[in-house]
Amino acid sequence: MLLASDIEVAQNIGFYLIAAVMVLGAINVVRSSNVVHAALSLVAVMGGAAAQYLLLSAEFVAVTQVLVYIGAVMVLFLFGVMLTRAKLGKDIDLNNKGGAAIGAPVALLLFGVMAYVLIKGFEDDRIVTSGDEAIGSTATLSDKIFSLYALPFWALSFVLLAAVIGAIVLARKD
Amino acid sequence: MLVNNFLILGAVLFSIGVYGVIARKNAVLVLMSIELILNSVNINLLAFDRINGTQDGAVFALYIIAIAAAEVGVGLAMVLLIFRNRKTIALDDLSEMKG
Repeated sequence: MLLASDIEVAQNIGFYLIAAVMVLGAINVVRSSNVVHAALSLVAVMGGAAAQYLLLSAEFVAVTQVLVYIGAVMVLFLFGVMLTRAKLGKDIDLNNKGGAAIGAPVALLLFGVMAYVLIKGFEDDRIVTSGDEAIGSTATLSDKIFSLYALPFWALSFVLLAAVIGAIVLARKD
Repeated sequence: MLVNNFLILGAVLFSIGVYGVIARKNAVLVLMSIELILNSVNINLLAFDRINGTQDGAVFALYIIAIAAAEVGVGLAMVLLIFRNRKTIALDDLSEMKG
């Protein structure tokens, strides 16, 4: 029997509103003829993604998304736009010739295949809001990172170190 | 909520990102499209995580965020280097390695 509490009206309305903002922002990222507008649309997409993580009850990932992506990565992108002296107004020379003619069929085909597989595979599965582990709890998450996934965590710190040194070596002027 | 809501949203963002990688010429905008793809994968991982009711997907998502930060750092350093040497970051001008 379908109960009113199973439909979760409020969550669904929130999901579709945020999803619409994200999709429109993403289209603006790939279609805009102004580099700064594309970067600011990317902020909307990433903020929307953080909100979706909250709907999926992953609070720590949502906060990290805001800190790292909106805080750090976007500043890096705006610096990149500034240092490569992109035109700050409209710039018609941002797209490949005939790129849309190739890109649109590829993207549509990809989406068609993925949507078919997902709808076939997960027909009306629901997200679990209760389980044997405390859902979305940062304590459980940190227990996992520092026990089961400790080795990847170490590897990741080396990757970050290498990336920082590499970026300095590449971008240094001499 | 249906898990397919999140998975289809991920698929839409992924396809838009792939379109951007193909259609854009400016290197900074290609990097932005790659960020779209990485974000869509993160949404998928967290949705799968919620199917199982465990926290493993959240760990993967955090690691992907860290990798993406490293990738943008190195990528933009390379773009700056290319701009300094060539005065352009249009990707179709960089064709020396074409056979």
